[in-house]
Amino acid sequence: MNAAYDVAVVGAGIVGAACAYECARRGLKVIMVDRDNTGSGTTAAGMGHIVTMDDSEAQFALTRYSQRLWQELRPELPNDVEYEPCGTVWVAADDEEMQEVAHKSTYYGERGVTAHVLDEKQLRTLEPNLRSGMKGGLLVPEDGVLYPPCAARFFTESAQKLGAKTEFGVSVSQIGENRVALGDGSEIRARFVVNAAGTSAPDLTPGLAIKKRKGHLVITERYPGFVRHQLVELGYLKSAHSVTSDSVAFNVQPRRTGQLLIGSSRQYGAEHKEADHHMLVRMLQRAQEYMPALGQMLAVRVWTGFRAATPDKLPLIGPWPGDKSVWLAAGHEGLGITTSLGTARILVDQLTGAKPEIPIEPYLPSRSTQEHVHA
Amino acid sequence: MDSIARQNFDVVVVGAGPAGMAAAARAGESGASVGLVDDNFNPGGQIWRAGIEGSNPQATEWIKRLQVAQVVKLCDVRIFHQPEAGVLLGEAKNEICELRYDKLILATGARERFLPFPGWTLPNVMGAGGLQAMVKSGLNIHGKRVIVAGTGPLLLAVAAYLRKHGAKIATLCEQTSWSSLARFGLGLTAYPSKMAEGLRLKKELADVPFASSSWPVAAHGKDVLEEVTISRGGKVETVACDYLACGFHLVPNTELAALVNCRIENDYVRVDDFQQTTVPEVFCAGEPTGIGGVELALIEGQIAGLAAGRRPAQARELFPMRRKLKKFAAALEDAFQLRSELRDLPSADTVVCRCEDVTYSRLRSYPDWRTAKLQTRCGMGSCQGRVCGPATRFLFKWKPDSVRPPIFPVRVEGLAMAVSPAEPKPQEIKGGYQ
Amino acid sequence: MPSLVALTVNGVSVEVAPGTTVAVAAMQAGQACRISVTGTPRGPLCGMGICFECRMTINGISHCRTCQILCESGMEVTTMSINNG
Repeated sequence: MNAAYDVAVVGAGIVGAACAYECARRGLKVIMVDRDNTGSGTTAAGMGHIVTMDDSEAQFALTRYSQRLWQELRPELPNDVEYEPCGTVWVAADDEEMQEVAHKSTYYGERGVTAHVLDEKQLRTLEPNLRSGMKGGLLVPEDGVLYPPCAARFFTESAQKLGAKTEFGVSVSQIGENRVALGDGSEIRARFVVNAAGTSAPDLTPGLAIKKRKGHLVITERYPGFVRHQLVELGYLKSAHSVTSDSVAFNVQPRRTGQLLIGSSRQYGAEHKEADHHMLVRMLQRAQEYMPALGQMLAVRVWTGFRAATPDKLPLIGPWPGDKSVWLAAGHEGLGITTSLGTARILVDQLTGAKPEIPIEPYLPSRSTQEHVHA
Repeated sequence: MDSIARQNFDVVVVGAGPAGMAAAARAGESGASVGLVDDNFNPGGQIWRAGIEGSNPQATEWIKRLQVAQVVKLCDVRIFHQPEAGVLLGEAKNEICELRYDKLILATGARERFLPFPGWTLPNVMGAGGLQAMVKSGLNIHGKRVIVAGTGPLLLAVAAYLRKHGAKIATLCEQTSWSSLARFGLGLTAYPSKMAEGLRLKKELADVPFASSSWPVAAHGKDVLEEVTISRGGKVETVACDYLACGFHLVPNTELAALVNCRIENDYVRVDDFQQTTVPEVFCAGEPTGIGGVELALIEGQIAGLAAGRRPAQARELFPMRRKLKKFAAALEDAFQLRSELRDLPSADTVVCRCEDVTYSRLRSYPDWRTAKLQTRCGMGSCQGRVCGPATRFLFKWKPDSVRPPIFPVRVEGLAMAVSPAEPKPQEIKGGYQ
Repeated sequence: MPSLVALTVNGVSVEVAPGTTVAVAAMQAGQACRISVTGTPRGPLCGMGICFECRMTINGISHCRTCQILCESGMEVTTMSINNG
């Protein structure tokens, strides 16, 4: 067929940019399209935590695979991506959570992920600013943090160096049948169109079960050394699990600048981007419960972001049954930064007929065709 | 642990400069219960900043009126958020203030515009108002050599003030052209008091070398300012000095207005004849509605105070004076336009965002403010873009972002304050405010 | 005649008139207020609490806007650097 491109990637957030980079690396002719600049949507709002999650086998496989890819990529990352292998400390506030620590430790151990159980004293030594009385935790040293907007830019620039074209600042009205229709009436023809438009993915592929899940973040002035690892409460999993109610969880990240990034919150059904004071209050009070000294620190900015959430908490990566030319790379909820690399690999493996390094069935869009409403 | 002070007023006025004091006094005199908030430890704002030597006599007059009108003064309180309509949160030294209002008057004033040039981050390079504020706060300037530069009538007032306190003004560099100044000067004949003030200043500064079409090219020094290279009539010359007081006119502080959803048009808060914004219960007076100086601020403040105090007839009486003074404001804006040469002042490694040390060469490659911010952190620092925003606006023509809370850095525990449930105000009725 | 207020800035003893701000005390003591993120010394710029260049650590509390803080007897004021916050 006469198409200008092999692949048109719609959405230049970290997932789309990683996919475009991977396509370009494999010699495919790529164009990237975004209504704004690269990494300026949900990517810009994210925490940038690179984490191996054990919520399910499928989630573990994708995050672990991706985390290893980040480690491989590390030497190439420019300075402003600020990749820091600081590790995660999962914090247990009570005995029940310490049991959770034991389960996690076993789970990771069985799958070759280094993890160290910390007792109360060891936890205090690693993170002296946690309030006293924490029961312990789990240190996962291979996790890390980075600064997402620059990571997305790095992928985009790397793709461009390999010949990828970009159309930024243009709106997309429709995709399908080998076409990307732009807002100005023109169109791009490609053998494959990748919908990596995050929370806007359902606008381009009607029927996608992706919902917005709002989150709040607060960043402080510089307090170097106050926190050494990304700290997450074990209750985070309960928060991420809940599919209906609003929730907050203690989540604090040390940025390379010495600033502290404080999260996290999840809301369904909130579409406005202004911060919700009651959520901010809940989130910050939770954070102060874990680290009282945070209260005296100066908060410089507050922002919100919308995660793209799917019903089974796994992203959609692969061909869309409704249209032979449309492929999906969307619905990454709070793991978009981490799994961008793994997503790109298995997507492009599928596109080119190469063998993916992890099983792809759990992420196939066809798994949700039961929910797909026939037009 | 911060405690929370909850107060409930008919009218809250934010900013205790001339506009705010006038608004608060008039609202109070109209019978409303009034809270006047300011982040400085004394009222007066910038132009009436109380110094170690005491207050300006005009300011003292208004302070007396505030006392008589039983206005509650809340100094050292910095408003950072409006979590819901009718409720402001402010940070004080040891507590958070929750202020409920029926009507809000914003008199948040203006700040200096800073433009980057090589060496501008050296200690002892300050704003013009900035150095004046330091002297008022106790800096001994006696015998020190000062260069005053930039643009605007503030430069003359600052030079005169510094001189009175013993400084040697080496030179005054005004970037605008002589013809622009002459036009402005002629226009002053319509305002006798301003004319008189202008002539007085001219007399006081008679022996100060004054140059129009002149601006700083670079500041030099090892760890502190030592000398400044200035451009004067196409020639360049380096002058030794202890301080450089440099500001390029004023930029309105519209952040709080934007936060409470007032419409901002052409950089100023849009108001009607009664100084009412597009949000019905919010009024705005003084510099945020248009840079116009003290007298205009006093009139606009009074109109806002009377309108909020439900005295429209009395407010109307001040309309003619406001009309007249607004013409002066327009002339002011016209006379002190920034010339394009100032865009070429920064060199590649001149810091533009001072909080995050982002240089000119890094920034110029970006198409807009938001992209530059995300990629370089320009504007993400403590000043929240108050310094680098107007600078990049001028240098690159970037439009600013939308405003988000907190509008000043605030302690986390302050941001974590839940809003208390609304309670009815105390029933005491003050002389006729219904 | 009101007595002077005595404080230290980076260990340097300073005596100022009551009503003097900490920013001014730092300037009089010849001390930079803060060290920027790329290591350059900074002093007050705006004098009105919006530029944040005058930030110093006062009695152990960092990020204090010294142009809006009055000197108090016995204050220990130090330059804020990126390494000690």
